[in-house]
Amino acid sequence: MTTLSDGLHIFVKRDCPTCELVVPVLEQLRSANGTVQVITQDDPAFPDGMVDVTDDTELNLSWHNDVETVPTVVLVKDGVEVERTVGWDRPSWEAVTGVGELGPELPDQRPGCGSLSVDPSNADALKVRFGGSVLHSRRVEIAALEDEIEALYDRGWSDGLPLVPPTEARVMRMLEGTTRDPQDIVAVIPPDLVETTVEKIAINTVMAGCKPEYLPVVLAAIEAACTDEFNMHGLLCTTMGVGPIIIVNGPIRREIGMNSGMNVFGQGNRANSTIGRALQLTVRNVGGGRPGEVDRAAHGQPGKVGLCFPEDEEGSPWESMAVERGFSPESSTVTLFAGEAPRIIVDQASRSPESLTALLAQGLMATVSPRAVMFNDAILVLTPEHMARYRDAGWSKARFRQELNRCLTVSGASITRGVDGIEAGLPPGFEEKQLSKFNPDGGLLIAHAGGPAGLFSSVIGGWLNGTMGSMPVTREIMR
Amino acid sequence: MSTTILDPTGETKPATIPRSPRPESLAGLTVGLLDISKPRGNVFLDRLEEHLGELGAKTQRFAKPTFTKPAPVDLRHEIATSCDAVIEALAD
Repeated sequence: MTTLSDGLHIFVKRDCPTCELVVPVLEQLRSANGTVQVITQDDPAFPDGMVDVTDDTELNLSWHNDVETVPTVVLVKDGVEVERTVGWDRPSWEAVTGVGELGPELPDQRPGCGSLSVDPSNADALKVRFGGSVLHSRRVEIAALEDEIEALYDRGWSDGLPLVPPTEARVMRMLEGTTRDPQDIVAVIPPDLVETTVEKIAINTVMAGCKPEYLPVVLAAIEAACTDEFNMHGLLCTTMGVGPIIIVNGPIRREIGMNSGMNVFGQGNRANSTIGRALQLTVRNVGGGRPGEVDRAAHGQPGKVGLCFPEDEEGSPWESMAVERGFSPESSTVTLFAGEAPRIIVDQASRSPESLTALLAQGLMATVSPRAVMFNDAILVLTPEHMARYRDAGWSKARFRQELNRCLTVSGASITRGVDGIEAGLPPGFEEKQLSKFNPDGGLLIAHAGGPAGLFSSVIGGWLNGTMGSMPVTREIMR
Repeated sequence: MSTTILDPTGETKPATIPRSPRPESLAGLTVGLLDISKPRGNVFLDRLEEHLGELGAKTQRFAKPTFTKPAPVDLRHEIATSCDAVIEALAD
């Protein structure tokens, strides 16, 4: 039974001082009107001594009638709810019940308590039990004597770390993080080219350890990863040790508590650690991209478990990476980059921006190979202490780029095959040319992040760039 | 009590596609030579082309636009309709 019959219905629970307080009123109403239905949520023996109390310990009536507070008084006429009051408020109770002089010894007004049907420890399970499942995925039963964590390993779904078991209640809670329909198609995931729904991504996002508010970031990251420009398929197949790296910009960084400061690439922050993992688990489980199968990386890199970090926009004198890429500072974005592990460039001596720029350029020259030009993109992540050199000197980001590009120009003669006894390099014919390490049109991304102390910036080298390989892709995060 | 969880996979097993019958002999057949566009794939395929010529096979050369992405569907269709067999070269 989920609907209320005509008449008065009062929802109560023993574990509520206001409900205890109104017991004399319930008795008063019962003697004035024998059909008053008292519905108790936690103890069928409450109120003590009262007969014909309706047992709602299953919370069926409470859930279906949207009871959020106890006591709640509901008046139903001709099968339709016509009036409702919550808590104890004498005039309201008298209006709804049509009985006067209620509880003369009681105070005029007392707020109620939370209904058990909206208690956070019950709400998800009740939604699954009563809400009618909107989830289409196959149900997998884990036997009572089976260890849940081991069972998930045994099925081949793990990246090597334990997974959170994706129960229906957890997945329903995860889906609260988005307004999108669970059955919306988000992307076609390589290598098996499987259309993936919000629901499938939510399942993998639960397993990764994300909170529901991270889900929009994961959805945007998966959309960006599965574009032809980003080329997730190629990124899987390559023998190079690169993986999808997610950089987050905009207000959502703070809203979901991401860390852009100390240990920004490291462990310790839940959002940083789990968002990239959710992307990689989706690629593994929905797309079928598993190491040793289609993923052919010779070395891989630790960030392939998932690497996601936000830019420290507040602490930077420069426009953010996303703003440089054409997005407004108010919009939240993800940028996907096909990258190797971050590597430190130490410079504890440079006091002038010119000197630091020249040193950073030398570090950037070494990405992928010191002999490679226009081959790969890179991300330069400046720490606050290095950024201070540019802030103090009044350099804009454009000025920095201009000076850096000058330092990233190399003569063809110095990197031709055979020079200095090294067989790798450019084929003959470029000796007279001055060549730029990176494509001046967006080949070098620049962000600001890291702890307040430390004269080290980091560089993340890329994979084969452009239409031949992977291009950085930025997508706005839709809530 | 047992726990019920939701399947995180795509729930689609790729359909098994039977292999085409192997030719008894290559004599008189057209063999497609697909260069995936890795460095020196042409060196490998040039050599194969010589051998195939000695076996009496005709050859047609094809190339993928880039080795990092699957062959475009039109290219796959062209190879399938104009060749009896195909050899795909991976080189470096």
